[in-house]
Order: sequence, then structure tokens, then C-alpha cells
Amino acid sequence: MSKYDSVLNKYPIPDTIKVEIKEKLEELKVTKKVAGEVAERCYRAYLTNLMEPGEAAGIVAAQSIGEPGTQMTMRTFHYAGVAEIDVTLGLPRLIEILDVRKNPSTPLMTIRLTEEYAKDRNKAREVANRIEATYIVDIADVETDIRNLVIVVNLDEKALKRKQLTIDEIRKKIEKSLKTEVVEENGNLIVKSEPSYKVLMDLFDKLKKLVLAGIKEIRRVIIRKEDDEYILYTEGSNLKKVSKVKGVDFTRTITNNIYEIYEVLGIEAARNAVIEEAISTLEEQGLEVDIRHIMLVADTMTADGELKQIGRHGVAGEKQSILARAAFEMTVNNLLDAAVRGDRDRLSGITENIIVGQPIKLGTGDVELITRYTRTKK
Amino acid sequence: MIPKRIDSLKFEVLSPQEVRRMSVTKIITPETYDDDGFPIEAGLMDPKLGVIDPGLKCKTCGGKAGECPGHFGHIELAAPVNHPGYAKLIGKLLNATCRECGRVLIKDERRDKFIDEIERRKELGQDFEETVKEVFRITKTAKKCPHCGEGQIEIKFEKPTFFYEGEHRLTPKDVRERLEKISIDDLPAFGMDPKAVRPEWMVLTVLPVPPVTVRPSIILETGQRSEDDLTHKLVDIIRINQRFLENKEAGAPQLILEDLWELLQYHVTTYMDNEVSGIPPARHRSGRPLKTIAQRLKGKEGRFRGSLSGKRVNFSARAVISPDPNLSIGEVGVPSFIAEELTYPLFVTEKNIEEAREYILRDEHPKANYVIRPDGKRIRVMDANKEELAEKLEPGMIIERQMMDGDVVLFNRQPSLHRMSIMSHYVRVLPYKTFRLNPAVCPPYNADFDGDEMNMHVPQGLEAQAEAKLLMSVDRQILSPRFGGPIIGGIHDHVSGLYILTRGERKFTREEVVSLLKSLGAEDLKTEKGKEYWSGKEVFSLILPDISLEFKAEICQGCEECKREDCEFDAYVVIRNGKLLKGTIDEKSVGAFKGIIIDEIMRKYGSLETMNFIDRVTQLAIRAITYYGFSFGINDEEIPEEAVKQIRSVIEKAEKKVEDFINAYREGILEPMPGRSLKETLEMKIMQELGKARDRAGKIAGRFLGMDNSAVIMAVSGARGSMLNLTQMAACIGQQSVRGERIKRGYTYTNRTLSHFKPGDLGSRARGFVKSSYKDGLTPVEYFFHAIGGREGLVDTAVRTSQSGYLQRRLINALQDLKIEYDGTVKEQTSGMLVQYKYGEDGIDPMKSFRGKAVDVERIIHEVLTEK
Repeated sequence: MSKYDSVLNKYPIPDTIKVEIKEKLEELKVTKKVAGEVAERCYRAYLTNLMEPGEAAGIVAAQSIGEPGTQMTMRTFHYAGVAEIDVTLGLPRLIEILDVRKNPSTPLMTIRLTEEYAKDRNKAREVANRIEATYIVDIADVETDIRNLVIVVNLDEKALKRKQLTIDEIRKKIEKSLKTEVVEENGNLIVKSEPSYKVLMDLFDKLKKLVLAGIKEIRRVIIRKEDDEYILYTEGSNLKKVSKVKGVDFTRTITNNIYEIYEVLGIEAARNAVIEEAISTLEEQGLEVDIRHIMLVADTMTADGELKQIGRHGVAGEKQSILARAAFEMTVNNLLDAAVRGDRDRLSGITENIIVGQPIKLGTGDVELITRYTRTKK
Repeated sequence: MIPKRIDSLKFEVLSPQEVRRMSVTKIITPETYDDDGFPIEAGLMDPKLGVIDPGLKCKTCGGKAGECPGHFGHIELAAPVNHPGYAKLIGKLLNATCRECGRVLIKDERRDKFIDEIERRKELGQDFEETVKEVFRITKTAKKCPHCGEGQIEIKFEKPTFFYEGEHRLTPKDVRERLEKISIDDLPAFGMDPKAVRPEWMVLTVLPVPPVTVRPSIILETGQRSEDDLTHKLVDIIRINQRFLENKEAGAPQLILEDLWELLQYHVTTYMDNEVSGIPPARHRSGRPLKTIAQRLKGKEGRFRGSLSGKRVNFSARAVISPDPNLSIGEVGVPSFIAEELTYPLFVTEKNIEEAREYILRDEHPKANYVIRPDGKRIRVMDANKEELAEKLEPGMIIERQMMDGDVVLFNRQPSLHRMSIMSHYVRVLPYKTFRLNPAVCPPYNADFDGDEMNMHVPQGLEAQAEAKLLMSVDRQILSPRFGGPIIGGIHDHVSGLYILTRGERKFTREEVVSLLKSLGAEDLKTEKGKEYWSGKEVFSLILPDISLEFKAEICQGCEECKREDCEFDAYVVIRNGKLLKGTIDEKSVGAFKGIIIDEIMRKYGSLETMNFIDRVTQLAIRAITYYGFSFGINDEEIPEEAVKQIRSVIEKAEKKVEDFINAYREGILEPMPGRSLKETLEMKIMQELGKARDRAGKIAGRFLGMDNSAVIMAVSGARGSMLNLTQMAACIGQQSVRGERIKRGYTYTNRTLSHFKPGDLGSRARGFVKSSYKDGLTPVEYFFHAIGGREGLVDTAVRTSQSGYLQRRLINALQDLKIEYDGTVKEQTSGMLVQYKYGEDGIDPMKSFRGKAVDVERIIHEVLTEK
């Protein structure tokens, strides 16, 4: 409790501002009277800085995000933190975020580890091995022996050691997944097949695609040390599976795949992810956009509990107004469907009223007060 | 008077009866005009359908062209035809209902459940498309009708309008018969409103003919009539329709009738939509595809986006723009030609009738062009009738007066990406033929003067003028709602001018100071006796309002430890009580987007004072830069022999190192970076090395050019260009790249970029490193690589503009209906959906916020403390 609390609590100002005032006041150690004066003036400033009722907040937000779009680059750059991973940035990334793509072009996870694993590189490596998808070609040379109709897996011991896998584990895994017999022969694995060339080749393909360890979607894991803590960066993302891996501190693990966050963690998390991703994309390009605009976009996308994209299959396509939808995209279909459904356009939005030539219900057009005209008597 | 408002629009399907009811005539002949050029009765140009020729009167309503909206006619189709837009739905309905009794293929209880679900969703304003889909999915698989027990055969829909039951094709007549049997009670289960549509109406038996006003014919210069595409199509339909009738009456074989039927179907289909997949589009004689109904509505130039959402206006002008620093940022110079043409309405009352009369009687510039009588008639004011008009003038009339100084107009430059793309300016009528504006307002419009054109609109109503002045004026747009900082401010010469003026301790005599400030109205300087010289900083202080600020300037070198006031580069700006004590004024102080001083004045003194300050800044800066003399030419890129040597050695060293990398790579001793292949590692290392070399070369060049070089002044002050531009001009252009990689494409099979190199050459020169500078000139090989890199840039820009344009359109469409309510919540207007409880979580206007912060606490505390 600070002595300024009682002064500040008199004013209905948002907490973020209160905290800031309090910090500044405590730094200067001013008297209560001065504090009162400051609080009073801050409150007045807060009131004058409020948004006016009737303001077209949506259009301002759309413009504030759309306008800098022209200044963005198209190229894929290297990720600022990890040089080894490519990440889509700039306009394509922004479009991806607002489109709510289910498969973004460069999914990426930042995984933090539990205390036990975070301090030690080998321990971190252990977790990484549980996550990174390991294929047979990563740890062995695979050849088909056509004469005997078998596949010879020539295991690389060094790689095995690095991946912390044993021959037996691999043997069992292959046996179980491909449903064939596998025998060990002086450090090599021999995968037996039916005596048919076609079956052998099919088996060979399957073996190459088989994920021996780790999570299929995660193609690569990079371990980096940041502030005496080892952090895993992954190429590819699968939040749900990673959450179950031992050693992962799930509360501090994030992905840049927003749809995955929506599915695993829900709508509020998705909203925050949209804000976070959009603002970092814009900031990376050196464009200053107020966070309130992005919040508004994110809130519109998530307002009814579903993550909807900006565009035809989402927010814009689900407008109540037929005319607004017709003016956006798929003009003819929207009109035909509306007729069959017997829909009614209530002309409450912007486009509809522009189309029929009426004042729009925004800003000065929203005011319904009329002065009664009376002639002043002389 | 409260203006009338349309409450709502309901969409329904036209029934055949409705079509006949609203028709004024039945169209039976495909001919349009007879030999004398008169429209034929019962033809497509029947005078009952309305008038398009001026002077004639409509036979139905008696209205003249322009008054009569036109009237529909109709064609009785000899055989029913499927509506192409509903064909898919017809197919679904046929599959969902019994072929015998016409009921839905699910039990009533189940149907009612679905109907309830749809009703529920409708009430909540949710999408019920999914539920309807579910109904169609379940019924499609039903083998037997639960009502009559009839076995079902799946009906296949073939684009665009054909249906097959097994091998047997269903004629539209069959289809219609089946649809007729569908029960009213079942319709809601298909998402259809029984009040709006009967399924059989989706098979047409009668076709409405749009009035001639919808499809006017144009008369060519040769006197020939050229008919509208729709008329052409209707002619086709009637012709086939008549042929079908004749053949049917003559008892022609079924085969011929079917062919004609199909042809009729084709014509009706293309009449509605000429771009349906599966059939060739109907073409004009010249081979151009016809623009039929769907094409008229669709797309950017279609009715919805082209004519209804965006409308044409009067009282507007467009001209090339050019700069004029003598104007205020709130003004626009309007060419006299335009000012004489565009008018401002003056509503005549008892109080201004004399003034109005004067305008009518005048015979040069601000005179009246038109007088509008209370009955709405416009009379042009001419020398012949002006006396008479002036005499007859009375309150209630409107005179249209030529635009003059002080009028408010809207000024706009496309693309209008944000609200600052349309701002209101005050008119200054000027000679010559371009719009003139102060260069400081270029950033919000994103305008330059390389041939840009801008539009001007004259608001005609008093309300519109008031809104223009109070909401859209330039001074109210100085702060951008995007980030809450100034978007209007000094550019180019303003920045370099003030930089030159305030840098170091330049001295000015009394005469010089007065001449610098002359354009600001300064006649003499009030000052203490004996003061002989003024420093540039003092001169700048003279235009500063009373503010106190401290900040790092753009030229700040980013030293490890900031010495603040004692900065050796004079890069720490200190302003106290309106006096510039330390530091150099540059982009960070007065520039658009950055201008800290502008921001401060805005917050302390408001928008008008800020506008005046920017005006003063532009005046002083232009004076200062003219006084100093500022130019840039190719000689300014000249660097001494010694620098050239140093640069050459830096680049040679880098090239040597690249060679070493390549050798290491070839020998296999290059250590790969984690998670990268050997080749990628090599490329990254080379790129890094050459980049570093270029930077080093630039540093050397910069050092030798010195701080007095014009280009350096512009680059460091932030006026224009960057040190990178300078590096490329004076020292070394550097690596050319495609998709962020060195150029590697070329002769793929020999693996080289050009035939000048050995196959597989990975050296710097062979992969697009340009070591020349722009001044030295490029070798042919370098020139080629530079063109490759340059082309990528061009393509990138072209792609980006279209992509970001579409993104913006989608964003606007998604968010346009959001409004702040009186209680501070944000709601979507069409559905009433609550989007935010409090806008931006604190309800603060980003424009009024202090760079995103709700309240500038520090400032307020500072204010309170200094007052005490």
C-alpha cells in the first residue's frame, strides 16, 4: 500500500495509468497535496483524451494497419533471434495472420524448459531429441539389397549417440510400424520383406518416411542459451504434442501458429496471439502502429468465440447486410441466396446506406438531435 | 423536417404472376425498330417500356426522358427453363425430396428439429448455412421416402443447368413438376422462406424484360443504332422462343424441339450470367463476350462497387500539383481558371441580398455564375441578363458565386489510404494552372511534385462546410491516429535548412537576421543594446513558442555514454522556455513522423499554434537554406586518391577472404553452422564478408567527404537519402541479390551466371558483387547483375501494392461498421455484436494519446512541480 493510493482511488482512471502515476510520484516523494493535484490533472487529461462517442473506430483501425502495408517488404528474412531459422515477415506474414491460415508458411516454436532441464545443455539436448522428428536417414545409411530382397540399415553410431537412441529401440519401432521382421546383424539392421520387388520398394519408402522419435511436424530443433537458460527454437510447430513432452515448461512455450493456439488454448489466447504476432510483425518493419488498433482487429476476429479471418470467409463474409456482402465479394451469389432465404437488409451499416444514398450512422451522421426552429420575437 | 429514411430492403424471388403483374406489355417480336426508325409495338423497344430519346414521352406514365424510370415488360417462354443461378439449389432440392410425393426425405419430427435449430440460429443472428447443409447431406443418402415409401434415384447435377436421373435427362418441365410438389412446411428445413419463394419459381416460365432505360441504345456518329448487349441477348431469346412455338404448333419431331429447348436454355443462361462454367460465353459479332446481367453487377467496375459504393460528383477539379512554401499548410493555391468555374452557393436572405446582388453585377473574378430560383431552375448569369437577375433577386434564392480566397475546399490525393488523404484547405486563388501546396503537407498525402495530380471538391451545403472546417482541416490532422505523433512537419530542405542554421555557432548580423525573418513579418529586432551578433540557435529561438524540451537529435551518434548537454556533436537538444540553448535542429525536432518539437507544441498550445509554427519553420528554413546556398552535384561525390586506395584495398581484402572461404569449402574444411548445409554456410559467410566490406568502404568514403558535404548534411540530418546511398555513389555499390541470395541463376547446365566465368565459379564477381561505385560507373558484367537486382525491386513493389491494397479493402470491409457507443463500448452496428467493453481497454483515442500512452504523466507532474 502506498500513501498515494487513497488519493488516486478517488478517480476512475484505468489501473495502468494509476500504476504509472504512483511509480512516478514515489520516485519524487511528493506531498499528498501535490499528489492530489497531479491525480486531478491526470484525470482531466484522461477525460479529454477519451475517444468520442460515434467515432468510426473500426475504419481508423483498418486504415492504420492497411496504410503501412504499402511500406512493407515482401521478403523472408532471418529470424532476429536465431539466424538458423527462416521466418516469413513483412506483408506476407501480416496477411497470414489476418487470414488465420491453418498452415502458416513458417511455423515456429519457442520452447522453454523446466528448471531441471533448462540449466544443462545435455539435459536440454535430451528434450530436443524428444521433440525433433528423427528419420532413419538422419541416423543411418539405408540401402536396398535387391538380391536378398531386404533393406539394409547401416546405423551411424555417432548419430545414434547424439540422438540418444539405441539400436534395439529403433528395431522395435520399425518392426511395430512396418509390421515386418527386423533382425540385427553386426550393428546393422536388416529389414526383411516379402519376396516381391514392389513390396520392397513400398517398404523402403515407408521406412524413409517413418518418424523414429520426436514429433512429426517439428523438422528441426535449435538449442540456444539465453540468460543462463537453454531455450529450444523449433522449425515447425505442434503445440499439443509438445505440451506433453517431459521437460517442457508449457507455461512459457509459444508458437507463432495462431490457429493452433486457438485450438489448444482457446479464444482468449488466440486473441492475444493475434495482437502479439501482428504488433511484432509491424514493429520489425519499423512501423509504428498503436496497439489499440490491433486490439480492435483481434477483438473483431474473436468477438463471437470463434477465430474468424478478415475477409470473405470470415468477418466480412458474415455481415448481416446483404448489400454490404454483395458490394464486397461474390456479388451475384449473395443476392440469389438472399432472395431464396427471404432476407431483409435493415440498412444499419455503412455500405448499405451509401448504396441507397442515405447518411451513414457514424460520427456526425449518427447524431439524431435536431434543434427546434422558433423565430425569436423582437 | 426530418428527412425520410428507408427502413429496410427485403429480398424475394419473383413469381411468374408478379412478373406478369408488373409488366406493361408482352414482348413477342424480336424486331426493335421498323424501317422508318420507329420502335415496333410489342418489340423490345416498345415505347411503353419507357423513353430514352430526349423530347419523347413515355406511353405508360407520360414522363419525359429522365423523369420516367422505365417499365418492365415480359416474355412468355414457350417452354420452362432452369434459372442458372439457382440450378445448384434445384439439384439439392431434387435430391432432398421424394420423386413421387415431393416431401423431405426425413421424418417430420426430425425435420422439425432442424427447423427449430435454424429458427434459433436466425434469432441469434448466426449463420444457419451449416444446419441446412446437414439436412441436404442426410436426405441425399436416403434410399426410400419415409412418407410414401417410394424408392429414390440420385439426381446428378451437371453444370450449368442440366439434371440426370440415372441416364435419363430431366427436362425443366419435369423439374418444375417435381418442385411444385414440395410442401410449404418443408421449405424452412432447406433454409428457404415460404413467404419469399416457391421452389418452382426457380424454373422460369415467364421472363421479365427490363425497361429500355436499363439498356439504352446508342446512336453512332454514322447514324446507325447500336443496341445494348442485353437487348441483343433478349433478341436471341425471343427469336428462339418464337421458333420453338412455331415448331411445336407445326408438330415438329421431339428431337428438334429438344434441340430448340436446349438452345433456349443456353440463351436464358447467358442472358443472366455470361461467365458460367461449362458453356461457351455468348459473343458479340466482333468476338467480344457480351456483358449480361451478372457481369453488370460483379466486380470493381460493376454496379455495386463501381456505381453504388462509389459515385461520381460535381463541383470537383483535378490538376497537377506544385510546391509553394509561401502558402500556409492550411491553404491550397487554386488556379484562377478553376476558381472561375467552380462555385460556392450563397443562400440569399434579407441580410445578404445586397452582397448577392453585387456578385451578380460584377464582371470579373468573384462574380456569380448562376442564380437558382426557389423552383429549382438554374439561370446562367450573363452580361445580357445580369441586371434583370439582380433586380429579381429575393430571399430564398441561391446564387452560385465563384470560389474565392478563404473558401473551404476538400483536397485529396489517391490512393486514399488513410483519413489524412482527404483534408480541407482554405482557398488562395493564384495565377497559372497548377494546384499549389506547402511541401510540409506532402507526407500525409504521400505526394511529391514529379507530376502528381490531386483532386479538389467544393462542399456545397452549410453543414458540409462546417464539418470540413471543424473536422477535416489540416491543423486537426497534424497528429496521426495511427501512432499519436505528428504526420505533418518539415521535409527535405526544411530539415537541411534548419540544420545548417542551428549547427555550431554560426553568427548573423542584425541585417541578416531581419532578412531571414522578413517573410515572417519581422521588421526589426527588439533586443538589448550592444548586441551585434545572433547565433543560428538564437534565430531559431525567435520562432519557437514557450516550451521546454530535452532530447537526442537525429544526428546522435549513439555514444556509449551520453554526455547530454556537453555532446561533442551538438546532438543533444536543450530547449528551455522557448530558447534553443544546445543542440542542432534536424528531422527528430521538426520532421514529419518524428518531430518532437511539433508534438510538444501540439500538446501545449493546440493545433492552430502548431500550424503557425510549421508555417514559420518552412519560411525560416527556406530563407536559411537560400541564404547559405545549398547544392549537390556529381563533384560532391568526389573522394581523394587516398580514399580510393583505401577502399580498393578493403574490397580486395574481402575478395581474398571470399576466395579463402571458397577454397575451404572445396577442400571440405569449412565448418558448417548448426542446422545449415555446407553450401548455405558458405553463402552466408560470403554475404556477410562482402556486406562488411561495403560498409567499411562507405565509412572511408564518409570520412573523406566530411561533414560539410551537401549529401552528408542531408543524410545525417534526415532530410533526404542515407549514408548507404552515399556509399553506393562514392565508394562501392555492393552485393546484388535475388530473394536475399547472391545471384546464381543463369546458364544452369554449366552452372554459371554468365559466359564470362568458368563453370562453377563461386567468386564474388561471378555472383553479382559490384565493386564499382555509381560515380565510377559499372563494368558490363556488373551492370547486368545490377539490372537483375533492380528488376526484383520493381516486381516486388508492383506485387506489394496490389496485395496491400486488397488487404486494406478487406480490413475496411470487416471493420467499417464498428462504432464507439455513448457508453464507451465498441459495437458492430449491423448485428449489434459487442466487440469491446472499452475501446482499446482504456477508451483512449490513439490520436490524442502520447505515443500510445493514455496520459502523459511525466509532463503533468513536471507542470505541477514547476508551478509550485
